[in-house]
This record gives sequence, structure tokens and C-alpha cells, in this order.
Amino acid sequence: LHAMNTVVAQLQRRFQDYLVSLYQQGFLDNQFTELRKLQDEGTPDFVAEVVSLFFDDCSKLINSMSRSLERPENVDFKQVDSGVHQLKGSSSSVGARRVKNVCISFKECCDVQNREGCLRCLQQVDYEYKMLKTKLQDLFNLEQQIVQAGGAIPQVNIN
Amino acid sequence: MAEVMRSETLNISNNTSSLASPELLHVLAVDDSIVDRKFIERLLRVSSCKVTVVDSATRALQYLGLDGDNNSVGFEESSAFREIPVVIMSSENILPRIDRCLEEGAEDFLLKPVKLADVKRLRDSLLKAEERVFKNIMHKRELEANDIFSQLKRAKI
Repeated sequence: LHAMNTVVAQLQRRFQDYLVSLYQQGFLDNQFTELRKLQDEGTPDFVAEVVSLFFDDCSKLINSMSRSLERPENVDFKQVDSGVHQLKGSSSSVGARRVKNVCISFKECCDVQNREGCLRCLQQVDYEYKMLKTKLQDLFNLEQQIVQAGGAIPQVNIN
Repeated sequence: MAEVMRSETLNISNNTSSLASPELLHVLAVDDSIVDRKFIERLLRVSSCKVTVVDSATRALQYLGLDGDNNSVGFEESSAFREIPVVIMSSENILPRIDRCLEEGAEDFLLKPVKLADVKRLRDSLLKAEERVFKNIMHKRELEANDIFSQLKRAKI
């Protein structure tokens, strides 16, 4: 029993450290904490479900914006602007800080109809969401390990 | 992008135990973002609200039976609908627009991203407002009852 407790404590420590590092490195902000508040033993997959919807949304929006930016002589900046707005909104709602910040630059490029700038931002936002997806998958794996070892997910306070 | 959150008022009755019921507010949440819909639905459920979520204003009107297709209730005539508080949720932090929403009759404005504390604050203020309405109605009924009692006494019934 003691050995099991140590395993759980170690896993909890790893989880906590990893989560804190994601905030410190700017991947996540305060709003992710809000998401975690809404998860409990009855809804253990809530955060994973919301971020999954977010990543699907990212993929869809990036594809459609990519199509709008494809032909230099015929860019639909209105469509791109709409896509950026949606992406900014959803990234903001889940606490995906880096993705959200790229959207701010992205919007600026869109406002001045800078196609090259938009393409750079598009590439960046694609990179950032995929990076975050990998990081959060690692986090959820740690969570699962804790639960399987019979432990509780620690409440992590981020200051 | 502005979204609307509406809540139906509590059915005022003499049954005070309905005030103790955990789900006092039924909220119709409208948002075109699937991420935000999932988020706000959970946020409201955690805050003890009954929630219906739709993805557009059109669907919201359909849900309320105000879409004009099978509309047996005239929108102007229905004072019940006028009483429903409307709350705007938006990521746009533009003061003139917020003021305009409030001037046009919105109950409150929530800036996205919405937090648990925002919903709790809103719920508390809406319930306080309803409690005031309830107390006013009860007081009015009490006055009416006293009035009838006095009349009966005078008529020596």
C-alpha cells in the first residue's frame, strides 16, 4: 500500500510540474484554469472534450483560411478575417494563449490585406495548435496514469 | 460577435418551496462557436441552471416559438417574453457597443472569455431581482386579501 501511495504521489508531482510548466512557457493562461474548475469526478473528460473540439475547430478554420489565401490575385480577406475572429474566440475560451496571440497578429495582417503576413501567421497558428495538442495529450496521459493508480487529480494553483 | 443568453422567469406561485429548488433558472444559450457552446453549457450546469443550447438566433426564436411559422403568440402581445432577461456575451470590449446593448434593454453584459465567477454573480443578481418581484406580488396579494377581509367584516358576513 505504501509503495502504491508513493507511485501516486510521484505521478501527481509529475502532473503538477508539467501543468505549471505549460503555464510558465505561455502555452496556457488563466482561462485553462477556469476550464479545469468545471471538471469533477462526474465529468472527468470535460477538459479533454472541450480541447478536442477546439483542435478540430482549428484544423477546419486553418484549412478554409488556407483556401481563401491560396490565389494571390483573389484573396477573400473577409473570409480570412472571419476565420481569425472565430479562432481567436475559441482559443481565448480554452486558454490557448500562444494560439490566441498569433491570432492578434493575424488579424492585423488581415486588416491591412497583407497576404504574405497572413500566410506566415497561418503557418504559425498551425504550428502552435499542433504543439499545444501534443503537450495537452501528454498532460491527459499523466492524468490517466494517476487515475489508474487510484489517485486523485491534484488541484493546481497557478499564480 | 454578440451572443444572447436568456432565462425564463420563475413561475411565481404561493408554493415557496419552489424557491428552494436547486434549478431556478432555465437559460437559453446562443452561440455559433461549438467550443463556446460546450463551455457555456457546462458553466451554466455547474451553476445550477437548466440549460438549452442553440447555435443561432434563428434556432433560438424557433425554440421560443417566435419564429413566425407556427407562431400563435403575437410577439408584441406576449408580455411574458418581455420579462425574460437577456444577457449579451461577447469578446468585443467596445464600451459604446456595450452601453448600446444595455440601453436597448439587455440585463447584463458578459465579456468573453466567461468565467465561473461571472455566471455566479449574474445568477445571484437575477435571482435577487426575481425575489423582489415575488415579494412585491405577495405583498400585493396580502393587501388585496386584507381589503376583502375588511369588506366582509363591514358586510358582517
